Amino acid sequence: MAIALDQSRTKREYRDVNAWTRLKANSNWLGFWFMLPAAAFLILFLAYPLGLGVWLSFTDARLGREGVFVGIENYDFMWDDTVFWLSVFNTLLYTGVASIIKFAVGLYLALLLNENLPFKAIIRAIVLIPFIVPTVLSAIAFWWLYDPQFSIISWSLKKMGLITQNIDFLGDVWNARWSVIFANIWRGVPFIAITLLAGLQTVSPSLYEAATIDGATTWQRFRHITYPLLTPIIAVVMTFSVLFTFTDFQLIWVMTRGGPVNATHLMATFSYQRAIMSGYLGEGAAISTAMIPFLLAAIMVSWFGLQRRKWQQGGDND
Amino acid sequence: MTDALAGKAATPRDVLSGTSPSADHSEGMSYLQSLPRRLVTLYLPLGIILLILLFPFYWMALTSIKPDEQLLDLETYSPFWTWSPTLKHITKLLFETQYPTWLWNTMLVAVCATGLSIIASVLAAYAIVRLRYRGAQWVGGAIFLAYLVPPSILFIPLSTVVYQYGLFDTPFALILTYPTILIPFSTWLLMGYFKTIPFELEECALIDGASRWQILTRIVLPLAVPGLISAFIFCFTLCWNEFIYALTFISSTHYKTVPVAIVTALVDGDIYRWGSLMAGAMIGSLPLVVLYAFFVEHYVSAMTGAVKE
Repeated sequence: MAIALDQSRTKREYRDVNAWTRLKANSNWLGFWFMLPAAAFLILFLAYPLGLGVWLSFTDARLGREGVFVGIENYDFMWDDTVFWLSVFNTLLYTGVASIIKFAVGLYLALLLNENLPFKAIIRAIVLIPFIVPTVLSAIAFWWLYDPQFSIISWSLKKMGLITQNIDFLGDVWNARWSVIFANIWRGVPFIAITLLAGLQTVSPSLYEAATIDGATTWQRFRHITYPLLTPIIAVVMTFSVLFTFTDFQLIWVMTRGGPVNATHLMATFSYQRAIMSGYLGEGAAISTAMIPFLLAAIMVSWFGLQRRKWQQGGDND
Repeated sequence: MTDALAGKAATPRDVLSGTSPSADHSEGMSYLQSLPRRLVTLYLPLGIILLILLFPFYWMALTSIKPDEQLLDLETYSPFWTWSPTLKHITKLLFETQYPTWLWNTMLVAVCATGLSIIASVLAAYAIVRLRYRGAQWVGGAIFLAYLVPPSILFIPLSTVVYQYGLFDTPFALILTYPTILIPFSTWLLMGYFKTIPFELEECALIDGASRWQILTRIVLPLAVPGLISAFIFCFTLCWNEFIYALTFISSTHYKTVPVAIVTALVDGDIYRWGSLMAGAMIGSLPLVVLYAFFVEHYVSAMTGAVKE
């Protein structure tokens, strides 16, 4: 009897230990604990606010005041707001023009850097500097370069005899738009150039040699070798570029704050103005939420870019 | 997702030094081009682009050491150079404004947020790549999507969240919200690094009785040091660069970070403000440029690593 009891106890202890050890080795259980810190951050400060933002856009919340549900009133108001549509136009113009030029110049710069150059490493390192320096700080430098009275650009052009009057870079509607677009291009080109350069270096030189022997011109070599092999990386880089240009805030806020007469308001700066400066959180949230469809479109582009890459490799890599 | 491409992708060192892994001779086909031709098609455009890329920094540095009277008088003095540099703007900035406090705030927020994010990302990336729990792939995809959520659509609801949690106008508002930008990026980057570590090493350790934690700290992390450095400096740069959260969540001047403080507190009606503004912008970017100078390769690997996957 006693012996039997003893035996069953040992057996149970043995089983307990076993269960614990098994749990410790269970990948789902371990995975849960390993994921916990990252998941906590992302759920508390990313997923929850994302949902909350959509909810806020259906309320009349003000800064420091809970809102009540008002249906689509904010969207209704937004629909009739000319400034909102102006900001949409500006955002599309800004994103479209800046992305295309950034891509063209970035690709060109990548091709130049891919050549056999003296001091290659240093030149490539220098190219990245605009990307490293905080955007706000370089935007301030541009603000000074665009100063209506003491702009060095106006001064140089005047000395060259090209213009007689100072250019009002940030005071005139279209000047201001082109000026901020230029600053954005300046900031974005290095990133695109260096990532595309990394892609270019995976292209085997023997392909070019073979093409040259077959009599291909420079353009043909680019069009039929470089470009097809680079498409996957271009798809990804441009998705990121479009995404970050579309949601840009810093450059505009530092240089123009949306002015003159809302000519450079992007959707992000406009929502900041409505939500934080004027205190209409609900309206601001509605403007932010209106950006989501555009972002989804960009993500779809990225997704199909990746699909195409899979197809190009002809494999079924995960 | 792209293992095949990643397998033959250039390493960051190669990207910088230009030796492609598949190139068997460094000169390539450039001998086919004559020097005058290279001058026009290569050196000239490259020179112009570099000049445009660097000019704002030169102008920034020059403005911050020019005496006031030369700043606004473009006719008497040559605007492109100064023979009488002054440290007035810099000393004014450092001793008469709260600039050192702002620098310290930025540093504190950046280091804490980066540290937290790296710890969380290492655990998450290891779990996704090596523990392979049920749904790991989906979680990996979700993290990539989280990377695509930009701060400019989050700051409005996040400001109410920060207010609810009682963090408003404290450094914790930034230390706890920045990881949402950093964790997706660094998890994605570290996943790539962890995948390159041979699985056999871990199997050996498992057979020898090591726990998962021991494997992570004794085997995987030491091997992933380059990846950790890349993730760390890139996160640090992103923190230093962040603007919209700091602008929205912080209202007291003594808690502000450098980018926000320069725009909101340093800009005043003074016509001679440009000197100190430029000095502020220059000193504010100096830590990152120094960091960059030491870790160029890691920056490049972080950038290309983020898009490679």
